[in-house]
Amino acid sequence: MKRIKFFLLLALIIFLFSLPAFSGKYILYITIHILILSVFALGFNLLLGYTGLLSFGQAGFFAMGAYACAKILLILPSLLLGTMTGMIAGALAAFILGFLCVRHTRIYFSMLTLSFGMMIYSLAWKWREVTGGDDGLVGIPRAPLEIPGVFSIDMNPMGNYYYYYVLVISLLAIYLLYRLIQSPFGLTLKGIRESENRVAYAGISVRHYRLLSFTIAGLYAGLAGSFLPPLENTVTPPIAHWTHSAEPVMVTLLGGIHTFSGPIVGSIVFYIIKDIIVRYTQYWLIWFGAIIVFLVLVFRGGIVIFLIERIWPLIKWR
Amino acid sequence: MAILLRTEKLKKYFGLVSAADHIDLEIEEGVLTSIIGPNGAGKTTLVNLLTGNIFPDSGKVFFKEEEITHLPIHERVKKGICRSFQIMNIFPKLTVFENVLIPIFALMNKSLSFYKLIDDHLDAKEKAEHLLNEIGLIDKKNLTAGILSHGDQRLLEIGLAMAPEPKLLFLDEPTAGMNPIERIKVLENIRKLSREKRSTFVIIEHDMDIVFSLSDRIVVLHRGQIIADGTPEEIKKNEEVKKVYLGEEIFWQKR
Amino acid sequence: MIEKLLFQTLIGLSFSMYLWLLAAGLTLVFGVLGVLNFAHGSLFMLGAYATFTFYGKLGLNFWLSIFLSLLCVGGIGVILECLFFRRIYHIDLPYQLILTFGFILIFDDLVKMVWGGVAMIPPMPRFFEGNFNILGRPFPYYNIFIICAGIAVALLLWLILEKTWWGRMIRASASDREMASAIGINIPLLFTNVFVFAAMLAALGGALGTPVRVVAPGIGTAMIIQAFVITVIGGLGNLKGAFVGAIIVGILTSYGILLFPIFELFIIFVVMAIVLMVKPQGLFGK
Repeated sequence: MKRIKFFLLLALIIFLFSLPAFSGKYILYITIHILILSVFALGFNLLLGYTGLLSFGQAGFFAMGAYACAKILLILPSLLLGTMTGMIAGALAAFILGFLCVRHTRIYFSMLTLSFGMMIYSLAWKWREVTGGDDGLVGIPRAPLEIPGVFSIDMNPMGNYYYYYVLVISLLAIYLLYRLIQSPFGLTLKGIRESENRVAYAGISVRHYRLLSFTIAGLYAGLAGSFLPPLENTVTPPIAHWTHSAEPVMVTLLGGIHTFSGPIVGSIVFYIIKDIIVRYTQYWLIWFGAIIVFLVLVFRGGIVIFLIERIWPLIKWR
Repeated sequence: MAILLRTEKLKKYFGLVSAADHIDLEIEEGVLTSIIGPNGAGKTTLVNLLTGNIFPDSGKVFFKEEEITHLPIHERVKKGICRSFQIMNIFPKLTVFENVLIPIFALMNKSLSFYKLIDDHLDAKEKAEHLLNEIGLIDKKNLTAGILSHGDQRLLEIGLAMAPEPKLLFLDEPTAGMNPIERIKVLENIRKLSREKRSTFVIIEHDMDIVFSLSDRIVVLHRGQIIADGTPEEIKKNEEVKKVYLGEEIFWQKR
Repeated sequence: MIEKLLFQTLIGLSFSMYLWLLAAGLTLVFGVLGVLNFAHGSLFMLGAYATFTFYGKLGLNFWLSIFLSLLCVGGIGVILECLFFRRIYHIDLPYQLILTFGFILIFDDLVKMVWGGVAMIPPMPRFFEGNFNILGRPFPYYNIFIICAGIAVALLLWLILEKTWWGRMIRASASDREMASAIGINIPLLFTNVFVFAAMLAALGGALGTPVRVVAPGIGTAMIIQAFVITVIGGLGNLKGAFVGAIIVGILTSYGILLFPIFELFIIFVVMAIVLMVKPQGLFGK
C-alpha cells in the first residue's frame, strides 16, 4: 500500500511539473485554482479532521490574505512580499478572532466562525476607502518574483512562471503540513479531537492548542488567498462570503475528512464536477448542496476512504 | 511524612444537595489511601474537586502548601496531580502506543514540536514502551484503542493516568468490570508502584477485598461528609461505618 | 439626539421581532431535537417568498397569504424533517452541521431559479398604510403591528409550553429524551411536530416582513448570523433568553446603523464577546 502511495505521489508531482509542456492556458489556470483550493482546504481540515473543530468562516481569512496581498502589490510590486503579507494577514486575523472563538464548545465555535466570516465580508463590502467596496481592488499587477539586488523574474502572462511559483510554494506548504500532522503537535491535536478532557489530564492547555491550530488554518487560508490577486488582477468581496467558506467544507467532505489527502482529492474532483455542471446550468450551488447532503447521509468517509476500503481490496485480490 | 494534599472546608452543592460538605482532608505522601462510601456519597465529586474537573462553591485545596483551588486541570497535572476515570476516557481512534505518547510528549514538554516526526523521537518512544510494559499492554501497542477488550481499555486508562508521572494519582474505580486475572495484575502494579514511592495512590473502590488488602489508610464518605478515617483495622471496627453500610452488610460479614 | 436614539430604539424593537421569530424556532429545534439548524434562515426566506407570491403576485388577501405561506413552509418542514433531519440525530456533530449547511446552498439557488435573483418588494397592505406620530417623527403603523405580533407570539409560546399537554411533552423530551420515550411519548412524531412548528415560526417572520423588507436570496442567512448571536447571548436552548437577546440585538443593530454604519455588525459582536467573557453560558443559560 505504502509503495503504491509513494509512486502515485511521484507520478502526480512529475505530471504537475511537466503540465505546461502539453497544456494550454486554461488548464494551467484551472490547476492553479485547484492548488489554491487544496491549500485552503488543507488548512480547514487541520481544524476539522485533526482538531475536531468545524469552521464555517475560513473564507474570511482567505479574503484577509487576498486583500492584504493586493494592497501590498499595489504599493510595492514584489511577489514574495505579497505572498508573505497574505500569510501573515490570515494568521493574524485568525489569532485575534480565534482568541474569542476557541474557548467555547464546538457548537458555539461553529456559529461564531460563521458570524466572524460574514463580519469580514460585511467589512469588505462596506469599507469603500480601504477595500474598494463591491467594486473591489483592481489593476493588481502580476508582480515580479524578486529579491532586491539578487534576482528578478518577470511573472507576466507570457511565461508559465506564475504557475510554477504557485506550484512550488503550494507543494512546500503541503509538505510542511504533512510533517506537522506526523509530529507530536499533530498527535496532540488528534488527542484533542478524541477527548479534550483526557488531553487536559495529560497536562495540555486545550485552549492554547486549539488557538494554534486555528491560527495555522488561518495562515494557510491567507496563503491560498494571496495567490489570487496576481492571478486575476482583481479582488472582490464575494471571496469572503460564506458560500466561499462552503468550498473547503465540501471538498474535504468529498475527499475524506479523516485522511490527509482528502482535501486535495476533493479539490480536484470538485473542479471537474463544477466544470461539467456549469455547462448545463448556472445554478450549480443546488448541486453543490445536494452533493453535500448526499455525502453526509450516504458516504461520510469520502472518496479516499472509499478507494482504500472498497476498491483497493478488489485490486489486491487480482 | 510530608502532606501532599490538603483541603480546607471544601463545599460543593448541586442544587440543594450537598455533594461535598465541609471536607477537611489530608493526603500523606507514600500512604496508599482508599476512599469508600455508599453510592452517592460524593466520592467522585471529591476527586473532581481535587483534580480540577469542577470548582468548589467554597473552601480551599492546597497541594504541597500551594493553593490550587481554582487552578485549571492542565496546570494541576503539571504540578503533579493526575487521575483515571470511572467512565473510560481514552483516545478510541488512536493506537495504544499513540494514546500513551500524548501524555508522554506533554511530560517531556515536546507537544509543540512540529517538525520532527513522531518516529524520530526515540526517547519518548522508549518511555512509552516502558510504560506499556509495566501495565502489560506492550504486545497490543499497535492496536486501535477502541477495539480493545473492556479490561484492556481500563488498563490503558490507568496507563494514561500514570504517564505524566504524577506525585499524586487518583484512580476512580480502576478495576470496575475487570476479570479476576486482570484485577490482580492491576493491583500488583499499584502495590509495586506505591512501594517504589513514585506516586501516592488514592483509590475509589467498591470491592472491599481490594480496599482492605491494599490500603494503608481508608477514608469513608457518606452524604458528602467524612464519617471515618483510619487504618483498615480501625475502620473494620467502626460502628458508624457499619451502620452506613447496613444494606451492604454482606461485605462486612466476610471480614 | 435623545429623540433620535429613542426613535431608533423603536425601529430596533420592530426589527427585534423578526429576529425573535427566527431565534425562537432555532432555539426550539436545538432544545428539543438537539440539532442546530443552519438552514433555519432559509425557511424564513421561503416564508417571505411565498407570501410575496400569494400577496404580491397573485393579489390574494394579506392574511390569507400569510396563512398559506405558513402551510407551504410547514409542508417543506415535514419533508426536511422526515426525509433528512431524522437520519442525522445520531451522527457526529460536524456532519449534522455540514448537512444543514448544504441545505442553505440548495434553498438559496432554488429560490433564484424560481423567482430570479432580483430583490423585490410588494406593496404595503391598505389596512396598515400610514404612520403614527411619535416624538415628532412618522412611525409606520405596520411597525407597531410587528411589535405587537412579536409579543403575542412570545405570550403564545409561553402559554403553549407551560399550560398545554403538548407543551409539557415538549419540555419533557427536551430534558430527557429516553425517559420521555419510556413513558410513552411518541418521540419521532413529536420531533416532526416541533420542527414544523419552528419552521412556521420562521416563515411567519419572513411573511410578516414582506411589506417592509426586501425579498431576495440570502435574506435568511443574513439574519441567521444575528440569530446565532442572539442564542449565544441568551443561552442556547433557552426561549426566554432568545426573546431578551433578540430585543438587545435588534436595538443595538439599529443604533449601529445610525451611528456606525460600516461597523454595525461589529457592535453586536462586541456585545456578544463581552457576554461570553462574563457569562459563557449566556445570560439565561446553564
